[in-house]
Amino acid sequence: MLIIDCPYCGARPELEFSYGGQAHIARPQHPADLCDEDWNGYLYVRDNPKGVHAERWRHIHGCARFFNALRDTRTDHFLATYKVGEPAPKVSRP
Amino acid sequence: MTSSFRTASGGRVDRDRPVNFTFDGKAYVGLHGDTLASALLANGVHLVGRSFKYHRPRGIVGSGADEPNALVGVRRDAARYTPNLLATQVELYDGLAAVSQNRYPSLEYDCMAVNDTLLGRFIPAGFYYKTFMWPKGAWDKLYEPRIRKAAGLGVAPTAPDPDVYTQRYAHADILVIGAGPAGIAAAQQAAASGARVILADDRPAMGGSLLAAADTTVDGEDARAWLRGSLAALAALSNVTMLPRTIAFGYYPHNWIGLAEKLTDHLPYPASGQPRERLWQVRARQVVIAAGSIERPLVFPDNDRPGIMLADAARTYLQEYGVMVGRKAVIVAAHDSAYRVAHELRAAGIEIAAIVDIRSPVPAAQSARDAGLRVLCDAKVEGTRGRLRVSAITITADGKRETLACDTVLMAGGFTPSVHLFSQSRGKLVWDEAIQAYLPGESGEAERSAGACRGRFALSEALADGAEAGRSAARDAGFSPMDLPIPSAQGARACGGGGHIGAVPTGADLSRAKAFVDWQNDVTARDIALAAREGFLSIEHVKRYTTTGMATDQGKLSNINALGIVSNVTGRSIPEIGLTTFRAPYTPVTFGTLAGKARGDLFDPMRVTAIHDWAAEHGAVFEDVGNWKRARYFPRHGEDMHAAVGRECLQVRNQVGIFDASTLGKIEVVGPDAAEFMNRFYVNAWLKLGVGRCRYGVLLREDGFVLDDGVVGRLAPDRFHVTTTTGGAARVLAMMEDYLQTEWSDLKVWLTSTTEQWSVIAVQGPKARAVLAPLVTGIDLSAEAFPHMSIADAQICGVPMRLMRVSFTGELGFEVNVPSGHGRMVWEAIWECGRSNGMLAYGTETMHVLRAEKGFIIIGQETDGTVTPDDAGLGWAIGKAKPDFVGKRSLARPAMIAPDRKQLVGLLTHDAATVLEEGAQITDPLDPRAAIGHVTSAYHSVALGRSIALALVRGGRARMGHTLHVPMPDGAITAEVVQPVFLDPEGARIHV
Amino acid sequence: MQRFSALSLFRHGLGRHQGWKPQWRQASPKPTYDAIIVGGGGHGLGAAYYLAKVHGIRNVAVLEKGWIGGGNTGRNTTIIRSNYLFDESARLYDHAVKMWEGLSKELNYNVMFSQRGVMMLAHNVHDIQSFKRHIHANRINGVDNEWLTPEAAKAYCPPLNIDPKVRYPVLGAALQRRGGTARHDAVAWGYARAADALGVDIIENCEVTGIRRDASGAVSGVETTRGLIASRRIGVSAAGHSSVIMDMAGVRLPLESYPLQALVSEPVKPVFPCVVMSNTIHAYMSQSDKGELVIGAGTDVYTSYTQRGGLHIATHTLEAICELFPQFRRMRMLRNWGGIVDVTPDRSPIIAKTPVPGLYINCGWGTGGFKATPGAAHLFAHTIARDEPHPINASFTMERFRDGFMIDEAAAAAVAH
Repeated sequence: MLIIDCPYCGARPELEFSYGGQAHIARPQHPADLCDEDWNGYLYVRDNPKGVHAERWRHIHGCARFFNALRDTRTDHFLATYKVGEPAPKVSRP
Repeated sequence: MTSSFRTASGGRVDRDRPVNFTFDGKAYVGLHGDTLASALLANGVHLVGRSFKYHRPRGIVGSGADEPNALVGVRRDAARYTPNLLATQVELYDGLAAVSQNRYPSLEYDCMAVNDTLLGRFIPAGFYYKTFMWPKGAWDKLYEPRIRKAAGLGVAPTAPDPDVYTQRYAHADILVIGAGPAGIAAAQQAAASGARVILADDRPAMGGSLLAAADTTVDGEDARAWLRGSLAALAALSNVTMLPRTIAFGYYPHNWIGLAEKLTDHLPYPASGQPRERLWQVRARQVVIAAGSIERPLVFPDNDRPGIMLADAARTYLQEYGVMVGRKAVIVAAHDSAYRVAHELRAAGIEIAAIVDIRSPVPAAQSARDAGLRVLCDAKVEGTRGRLRVSAITITADGKRETLACDTVLMAGGFTPSVHLFSQSRGKLVWDEAIQAYLPGESGEAERSAGACRGRFALSEALADGAEAGRSAARDAGFSPMDLPIPSAQGARACGGGGHIGAVPTGADLSRAKAFVDWQNDVTARDIALAAREGFLSIEHVKRYTTTGMATDQGKLSNINALGIVSNVTGRSIPEIGLTTFRAPYTPVTFGTLAGKARGDLFDPMRVTAIHDWAAEHGAVFEDVGNWKRARYFPRHGEDMHAAVGRECLQVRNQVGIFDASTLGKIEVVGPDAAEFMNRFYVNAWLKLGVGRCRYGVLLREDGFVLDDGVVGRLAPDRFHVTTTTGGAARVLAMMEDYLQTEWSDLKVWLTSTTEQWSVIAVQGPKARAVLAPLVTGIDLSAEAFPHMSIADAQICGVPMRLMRVSFTGELGFEVNVPSGHGRMVWEAIWECGRSNGMLAYGTETMHVLRAEKGFIIIGQETDGTVTPDDAGLGWAIGKAKPDFVGKRSLARPAMIAPDRKQLVGLLTHDAATVLEEGAQITDPLDPRAAIGHVTSAYHSVALGRSIALALVRGGRARMGHTLHVPMPDGAITAEVVQPVFLDPEGARIHV
Repeated sequence: MQRFSALSLFRHGLGRHQGWKPQWRQASPKPTYDAIIVGGGGHGLGAAYYLAKVHGIRNVAVLEKGWIGGGNTGRNTTIIRSNYLFDESARLYDHAVKMWEGLSKELNYNVMFSQRGVMMLAHNVHDIQSFKRHIHANRINGVDNEWLTPEAAKAYCPPLNIDPKVRYPVLGAALQRRGGTARHDAVAWGYARAADALGVDIIENCEVTGIRRDASGAVSGVETTRGLIASRRIGVSAAGHSSVIMDMAGVRLPLESYPLQALVSEPVKPVFPCVVMSNTIHAYMSQSDKGELVIGAGTDVYTSYTQRGGLHIATHTLEAICELFPQFRRMRMLRNWGGIVDVTPDRSPIIAKTPVPGLYINCGWGTGGFKATPGAAHLFAHTIARDEPHPINASFTMERFRDGFMIDEAAAAAVAH
């Protein structure tokens, strides 16, 4: 069970959180203007990297807030967590 | 003649407390403090099992978790039978009844031993991949049942386990795994810093190798006395938790360690209800792994006879239990530890026939000779004899072949560091050429290894290493280590690394002989060689092809020797071959321990409404809906569901019914932008919904498929009361929060789940108003003042009420929301008032029928995650003028606008009495092989006097009036496609 | 290829098994191949075999970064069934089941396909509706699947607890008698041996690090840890690592890779005759020929390539197993491990051409890849050889997501009301 450092509440066990998939995928302002291919990209296509992954978590059984995290999917170690709206911090990518 | 192999004194067994036990029905006496293995050995019993494949007689090999042979079943009573326990770990208690396994008819005479003597040469590793293929299909009919019967070890228990198991979560600043010298030294240092320390060890007595350290002093006192003092001092510290009988079995991400503690298996009479085992899940800031090492057996022909065992195990039995493993031993040595064993065993009165050292003469050999021991160097091991007990070993030394009579052969192959947990933590293992072992390299977690598990074998080294690990762990956990002196050991014979890996030198033909690598799985050196010959060169392939290392000991004894043999056969170095993955658990863990208290009602939380007990008292039959218990129907006088539902339906249509709708999800959406939020989220248009009005809302996933529905009421310009399906409540709220927090942070909206706050009492039927009117205050229920789809806050029975005039039945209907604490009171008040109006209580099944008569869909029944609003006939709900809402863009994708999508229709069977089966497929009479849809709902409608059905049918709306087929195993049922509203399509009954 | 049979086993036994040859060659990469398969699991090795056997394309290499069968092929719980709801899925998986039925003979390798039956338990009204829908749909598609009462379910699987008073009682079950299990490693080895015999090079310890494309955009070869290898046709069959490989060609996929755990008990004498699955309480179990209870656990919630997951996933699974089978509480977990499953938005696979000419993809099998092995391999080979899909996999494209033609087996089983 992972330990996740909620930027609002501090480190808590994984069971308090829900996972929200890849971060920094903004819903298009005007979906109607997108072609099917681009809408497909928004809806379904994901980076799924082996390495540093920017992802969303929600402290659902705590402050209930969404936040973002950088996690290395090769080790499951978190490199950073940060608030929604903030840019991903620069980390040395191993 | 009991306990004839017990020494006169020594060990930590209690000689004043004899313990009676049986093995295979025969009575024996052991001592308090014995394991089953030590007690059997004290009685001269070595033969304890039969091997997996060849059914060869097998004896006790080790003294702990590494034991491959001595698997027994232990029966406390009919429901408390545990197979596959290690005799080396089973603590003796009065009345213990153990049985051997995998033999027929008896341990001494096992028919399946034919696998060894006659068939052996034809069933090498992986033989089953090469045969049993003819004739086609015969594998699982003919061959497999026989193989299955022969396989397996013990017998699974058959009665539900009455024992209880418990669990604890714990935080530790420092978790020390293993209470041998390194672990104790680490715990001392860590504890001195003030850190919270947990010290866990799998054995009942802590101390590890110190328990057998008869030849050693620590800090000037007898090592065992030092151990007692140290443990007592640690136990007295309030910041130290000592967990004996507790195995750290798994190292999970982020320093999360699973430990299993045995609580009652060693007790003759556990207290009733006392947990049998406890699962500890420990989150540790820092971990010190001090797991020690495991002695390696030696691979030589017929190295598996009872009486052939690990040398250090023999020493453990002597020093810890006062047990002599035999009268006359030959020690096969590949490591200096053999000499320590030889000296100690001889001192106890065991004759050492010879030390057969496969190495060139070492200094220890000379001193042994000086002490009068016979030592043969540069020896080869040719084989052994003895059917149920080893009787001789044949060796070649100095060019001379010699058969040495003995009743015990001890193997001293050197020690393999226990890197299992380190590897589980995803630390990198590094091959150490000097020590000839894989050692912990870079850590993957906040962890450090100490002592023998990282190649610090000598006692003084292990103590110093442990102390340093304890200090650095304390430092890294944020504590200031004290400068406790490091304990120093004297007198211990140094036993470093080295030893032998792989098959030992022999003149025997290893393609004929059985030189065992994995005892339990009967994998021999020739099997490993065969695997390599057949191209299985990766060690993982060797393991899987031969099954070496896959037995219940998980290769604790065999893995390194298998590597050595592959290395030898292929000419590649051990690091080139690699290492198999170490997987949790380190030793097997009881299912019940992992499952803990989660059984019966505690298996999964049960959600009940405030009205649940009333329903139960009135005979409701309940159904599970997610975690909820919902009243399904209220049978009377032995009615079946069909009869009860028919009666309930009729009563609602003609009089009035009361229904507990409390499980519906409820969310309050509040804020200046609440309407805008609703507008973006649901398909409907919300901006113009008047205060006090309700609307049926439809919610899509972003991919355009219907996710949820429910009535939404507007309480104020900035306040909506949103209802969801029972199963969808959490999902919808989570999705709302997602969009609100991450996409639409411009909106000022707050969301609150109010599902549990409100009890919801639906009163439905022509007399609903008459029932409610006398009870409510502050509201006019007349059709004019409070028309269909109205919402208002008022009072009922003197308590606050949120009243919605809504109908899921097609009748005049109200949903009374009251604070849950008043739910039952209000329900009973309505019930009392309603009885004079002919009211009855109805359940979900009746609700389903009533709504189907009206063509109202149920999410999850008419929809299945592949249905668009238009498919479900809900296109009217979409706010056409809205530029966007969740899911809108997806609805424009090619597949979503295809003309042959499945659409919701009604079906009327030509035979009015036939009720279709829900889930039945639908075909066009012109093409009976291709389904064009399925029946989503089907009931007998009392109101209509016939059956009705809803269905999703390809291009269904263009098929009105057509006859379709519903193929069933005994023939097709014909039905006509009709509009999906069967009753009162104008809604006259609602608007009264 | 040395024939395997009882007779050959006997003959070699007389010779102390000294005469057996490697089951496949330790091939080194040649500079160029007619086709390259990336990924040496059952799917990839099988595709190479069918390329050679069915399509006559024998100059083929299978590139495996570790050891063959070391990914999900060797990590799954070996359940085989085809009672899927939608026509496309039923056709796809039943194609595989039919091939399983002849696979041991086809490969001359006993893959131990055992049709011991797969039984799915219904615990609530919605389960019953859903399973009956499956049964009716399967019948029309010629896929066996039948409804059992609780009593009939217990007769088929005697250890089952059908006490109606438990938290989630068994209300019935759907049984596919043709379903069952197989020996996972043998599938990889059997395909490897048979493909090798037809000339396919199986190259282990060869990790693909890049995909080369020519000026027209078509693939021209792969960069590997063992050098550059040229080919105009590349089939990627890399399961959890599909996104990583396809990213090298600039193709982005609708995939996420999750840890999936499984565990086995210590071996015991036969006690559990079939495969039992319970989606509602998240547990499935069978007993291996060796005697181990083989238990599938759930996925962790986050994407990961670590091939391990949290303890709470395994404990949750065992809670469910112990609830269904309280007599197994004293059994013990022997091994617990994880794989990486690549999951598509509709939980159905992709076996298709890609926008890059010459590049083909077989991925997205989620938790269900093993059961499809021979079928998927056969169809993937067809797609590569003909540069067009077989009718059975024609729907399983990448473009279906763009166009909305989902094949959503998971949604169709969604929890209701």
